[in-house]
Amino acid sequence: MSNVIGIGASPKRKEDQRFLTGRGNYVSDIKRPGLTAGVFVRSPHGHAILRGIDKSAALASPGVIAVLTGDDVKADGLGGLPCGWGISDAKGVPMKEPPFPMLAQGKVRFVGDMVAFVIAETPEQADTAAELLAVDYEVLPSVVGVLEAVRPGAPQLFDDVPNNICCDWELGDKAAVEAAFKKAAHVAKLSLVNNRLIGNPMEPRAAIAEYEPGTDRFTLWTTSQFPHVVRFLMGALVLNIPQHKLRVVAPDVGGGFGVKQFHYGEEAVITWAAKRVKRPIKWVASRSEGYVSDRHGRDHVTEAELALDETGKFLAFRVNTLANMGGYLSTFGPNIPTNLYAPLLGGVYTTPAIYCNVKVVFTNTVPVDAYRGAGRPEATFVLERMVDVAASEMGIDRVEIRRRNMIPKEAYPYQTPVLVQYDSGDPMGCLDGALVAADVKNFGIRKAASASKGKFRGLGYSTYVEACGLAPSRFAGRLGARGGLYESATVRVHPTGQVTVMIGTHNHGQGHETTFAQIVSEKLGVAFENVDIVFGDTDRVQFGMGTYGSRSLVVGGAALSKATDKVIAKGKKIAAHLLEAAEVDIQFEAGKFAVAGTDRVKSFEEIAGAAYVPHNYPLEVLEPGLEEQAYYDPVNFTYPGGCHIAEVEVDPETGTVTLVNYTAVDDVGTVINPMIVEGQLHGGIVQGVGQALFENAVYDEGSGQLLSGSLMDYCMPRADHMPMMKVATHSTLCTHTPMGVKGCGEVGTIGSPAAVINAVVDALSHLGVTHVDMPATPNRIWRLLQNASLPVAAE
Amino acid sequence: MQISFTLNGRPTTVEAAPATLVSELLREQLHLTGTHIGCDTSQCGACVVHLDGLPVKSCTLLAPALDGATLLTIEGLQGAPGSNQMHPMQEAFREHHGLQCGFCTPGMLMTAVALAAEKPDLTEADVRHGLEGNICRCTGYQNIVVSVMAGAAAMNAAKGE
Repeated sequence: MSNVIGIGASPKRKEDQRFLTGRGNYVSDIKRPGLTAGVFVRSPHGHAILRGIDKSAALASPGVIAVLTGDDVKADGLGGLPCGWGISDAKGVPMKEPPFPMLAQGKVRFVGDMVAFVIAETPEQADTAAELLAVDYEVLPSVVGVLEAVRPGAPQLFDDVPNNICCDWELGDKAAVEAAFKKAAHVAKLSLVNNRLIGNPMEPRAAIAEYEPGTDRFTLWTTSQFPHVVRFLMGALVLNIPQHKLRVVAPDVGGGFGVKQFHYGEEAVITWAAKRVKRPIKWVASRSEGYVSDRHGRDHVTEAELALDETGKFLAFRVNTLANMGGYLSTFGPNIPTNLYAPLLGGVYTTPAIYCNVKVVFTNTVPVDAYRGAGRPEATFVLERMVDVAASEMGIDRVEIRRRNMIPKEAYPYQTPVLVQYDSGDPMGCLDGALVAADVKNFGIRKAASASKGKFRGLGYSTYVEACGLAPSRFAGRLGARGGLYESATVRVHPTGQVTVMIGTHNHGQGHETTFAQIVSEKLGVAFENVDIVFGDTDRVQFGMGTYGSRSLVVGGAALSKATDKVIAKGKKIAAHLLEAAEVDIQFEAGKFAVAGTDRVKSFEEIAGAAYVPHNYPLEVLEPGLEEQAYYDPVNFTYPGGCHIAEVEVDPETGTVTLVNYTAVDDVGTVINPMIVEGQLHGGIVQGVGQALFENAVYDEGSGQLLSGSLMDYCMPRADHMPMMKVATHSTLCTHTPMGVKGCGEVGTIGSPAAVINAVVDALSHLGVTHVDMPATPNRIWRLLQNASLPVAAE
Repeated sequence: MQISFTLNGRPTTVEAAPATLVSELLREQLHLTGTHIGCDTSQCGACVVHLDGLPVKSCTLLAPALDGATLLTIEGLQGAPGSNQMHPMQEAFREHHGLQCGFCTPGMLMTAVALAAEKPDLTEADVRHGLEGNICRCTGYQNIVVSVMAGAAAMNAAKGE
């Protein structure tokens, strides 16, 4: 077949034509007949009692159609937003799970908490009316930091959650860790903060809801990474809408990074309201609104200790973390700093005993949930900083201490002491590759050149592993998941041989329309341009869990691979009939069904035609048509990993850190489209660099105001912050996914923060600096240098 | 008020309130939704269009400023007139994977075309500096920079023909 573009090729992306020409179809681009505008009134206070809401002025404002509040929600007997994970403490006591009403009831618990929804003929009229809504707040003191929230006497968010602790969670063998610490030749300690981040996909969140009285059906267009999950959570658990009466569409979505993988209250409110006002309603968040309502990420305070023997071998690792949940439990909230964090604390090392305690804490801040990497960057940062601290204290080279503790390639599959079993990997190979690619051997020359300009140069390593491809449902269920984590795909072969794939993952930048088409093109021998991928519409796609946790290719791709295998199997039956041969003698290769050892052949198109025009067809034993579906539930996580090396230059005059070189050698398993994988690595790395050097969500303690509430205050990485990165892959194959793929969406974000900060600390180590918290802003570094009370001039 | 201007090569007259932002006018009234709105502080650059040949953030421009002017949006960006092809900068972004989710892309392209037109011998540093007003969260900028360099070279080559 002509123009088969298969695995390992880098065709240009199918999705690019519409994006390059301004013809994408994002939620905010959609218009509906009779459209109204919705605006949310949000709490300006971090913590307050909601004494009353007077709607009269707002309702009297021109163009206003309705004003809805928590009381209206209550009157309709509707539920709150569900949490998708239920974790428990060491004794099996379930986490505290206070209700998360879709519009605030009784109290507001963060700046941005939704108080009312105003619907008017135009956005301007809705804005004006929202300003006129009289909300009577009794302001209470806010608590925003985790350390402050667990102190005696701290403001309490919920009456039945003492000390604001949602769950006191743990993993690992505490006694074995204590015993190992007693035998240790050296114990290294580290206190650190994992800074709070705001995902900032470039497209703000938006939704349109419409109710059709004639069919009693709802349609919700929403900026979501998982429309089927929104349909399930919102329909079944919040609004009591039967699944077949609810269509959720997530069309083109302008980036997600986790921010759009939750079921948000806005979605439920607007859908509920659309039936009440019997008009379609559109809501588009402003960027400022996104800052106080998009779920935030990270926000840990951690104490870690590593026990080592005299040769620098890791004996045991102990980690105590306070993790910020914000004001309520979001969809995946409690899962992120626990199940997606502690199991990664083994890293790529043979540490035999690990114990981790995580106190999950409520505060008067936006709910915290998954953000690209989700738990795994936090674990990697703790571990990779810890390794550097230990190396420095014991006088062992940082690369050498890693080598002494690394899991050798031949030791895989490797069972860690913290639940997970790595199926494959070669961390040493990634390290060796990165050392060469980063030209580490000439670093001394570059450092001297920097010194001659009065700059301090540093090199930082991060050798890491992550767990992705979420997730084996049974395993996740044991950890507290309340849903499955499989994926589904339907391969519809048309009578003329072209193919439409319906898949449950969601494409919002990852290039699925291209990568998945390559898989089909290769497996079925169909021309690349004759394969289209459909996603993001619950009326068109059978089911799906969506896109997050680097799962689309790993889990969705596997479902697609299985479904194409079924198409081939059915095609062989049809071919056997047409070619008057035994089914076992039919071979399928390069788009042709052939009788082995003969020149009798039927093309894929001929078989498709026969399936839909079954005149000469084994109808007694085979149904007409050529369309197959598969669900795939993985048997294990996948474990991408690698080595990242950052090189920075610090200007002691200003404290400015400049990233001058960045090298990554990652093991992502089989690479389907190298161009797309490279793009994913680039983007992930820069988000991690953003965390390390620029980004920080800052709240004011006491008032609970978000101080970094706009793109003017929250520093996003820009083009001129970055050097040209060197990225490469050094792949071992996943042993349990059909194509050996491991996933590549999050590796960049997971590996990079530790590499950058290790480089900054290295640059300043001659001044006695042993740790720098993120982000390493000029202000922070300059202050550190002043406090070092050493001559600021270069050596 | 009535505002008359040239939009993507065609004479256009609209009726709009003076306080209407050009980004809103384009998206809501003229149904040109390729111009995106990614922020409310003129930081993101997703809404960049060309006003009389110069790149501007259409979210900071009021509709009356269009009167008598020439406006080019992403929908009007194209190859040589009548060629029915994409602009060399669009081709370069496709070729070098200079986009992922596509949301910042129209603004990036409009800025890139203006950058290349202004300075024929763009360096990498020029491009990185020139894109300071355009935020991308997906690509890490690397392939955007490569795309802009390639697109600029193609624009130069086309000029030389």
